[in-house]
Amino acid sequence: MAELNTGDGGGGKDKKVRSKKQNSKVDLTAMVDLAFLLITFFMLTTTLSKPKAMELGLPDKEDDKTKEKPIKVDENRTMTILLGKDNKLVRYVGLLATPVAGGAPKEFTYGKEGIRKELLKVKKDVLAYSTAKGKPKNGMIVIIKPSKKSNYRNLVDILDEMGIVDVPTYAIVNEFTPEETKLLEGK
Amino acid sequence: MAVKTQKKATSIDMTAMCDVAFLLLTFFILTATAKVPEAMPVDMPASTVQSKLPENNLATLTIGKGKVFFDLKGKEVRIKTLELMAQKYGVEFTEDDKKEFSIMEGFGVPIQNLKQIIEMKSAERSKAGQPGVPKDSIDNQLKEWIYNARIANAEINDKELEFAIKGDAKEEYPSIRKVMDILQDQKINSFSLVTGLRGKNF
Repeated sequence: MAELNTGDGGGGKDKKVRSKKQNSKVDLTAMVDLAFLLITFFMLTTTLSKPKAMELGLPDKEDDKTKEKPIKVDENRTMTILLGKDNKLVRYVGLLATPVAGGAPKEFTYGKEGIRKELLKVKKDVLAYSTAKGKPKNGMIVIIKPSKKSNYRNLVDILDEMGIVDVPTYAIVNEFTPEETKLLEGK
Repeated sequence: MAVKTQKKATSIDMTAMCDVAFLLLTFFILTATAKVPEAMPVDMPASTVQSKLPENNLATLTIGKGKVFFDLKGKEVRIKTLELMAQKYGVEFTEDDKKEFSIMEGFGVPIQNLKQIIEMKSAERSKAGQPGVPKDSIDNQLKEWIYNARIANAEINDKELEFAIKGDAKEEYPSIRKVMDILQDQKINSFSLVTGLRGKNF
């Protein structure tokens, strides 16, 4: 690697000059290696350590409760996810009293094998249902209800699932009906 | 002769390459901003989102252990916000205090005790056991901080201030909701949740 250009000199008088020239050149290979290693390190660490931001838009809050208009949605398209304590979650599809077929309240876990599979399945079912009704654009609606005992990680996890599964409509609702509270406590 | 020319070809002059490499290295080191030590370290939950947090024009509300810490980007905005808050609560700050406040990290004390925190050294602040910005209905200073920061930012940057919530993963939902409610009371319906990065295969 570190060959030095020593032109073939002539007589013995030149010998001294040549040895001086040799000393003046330094092998820079190792130095360049080190410099690029450092550059790579700095570039990677500066971009990777930046925190990510999850955008969250909430609906306008009406101070006057009487002015709030309840929004009616097709219960066949809605899935409600209740976030309970100790990283538990319960979901049902449709209304709690009259869930759609296979949508009775059931406990799931977070992540790939748990709620994601169920979300993808229901999403497909809803799409089939909407297409049958002639409105294929009506996707599924997910209502997220975090209970008082659930933690922030649960909320972020479930919002993340919404992004992964690409649920078109989802909302965070804070009101719990007594039946839903019972459902979470019973589990 | 032929052997000698071959030898010449194997060695490359590294000087220019070395120059470029070190120039880049210097550039990266100088442009990188030093990480400000956090007043309250929190364990952020991870998510798969890729979008990054804005660099300026941002207020961060850190929530952990039931306490809320307030942090704001931009020196001028911070000074202006502090002036507005001082006016509102009738607390005096010297020019030195304001200068120090503009470069310090997030804080979590009532404004009456803010002066003591400003006068501390950076290492002492994290050990000071700051109680969090008061946010209950009797003394809702967090609301005022948010409100005045928005005014200050609108005046200086001529932009609407953005908000980010940085919650601890184990924090229970009601305290997060409380902060969201305070934001929503001021018609801030869109904000960011700060998360860490998670692998794509999650």
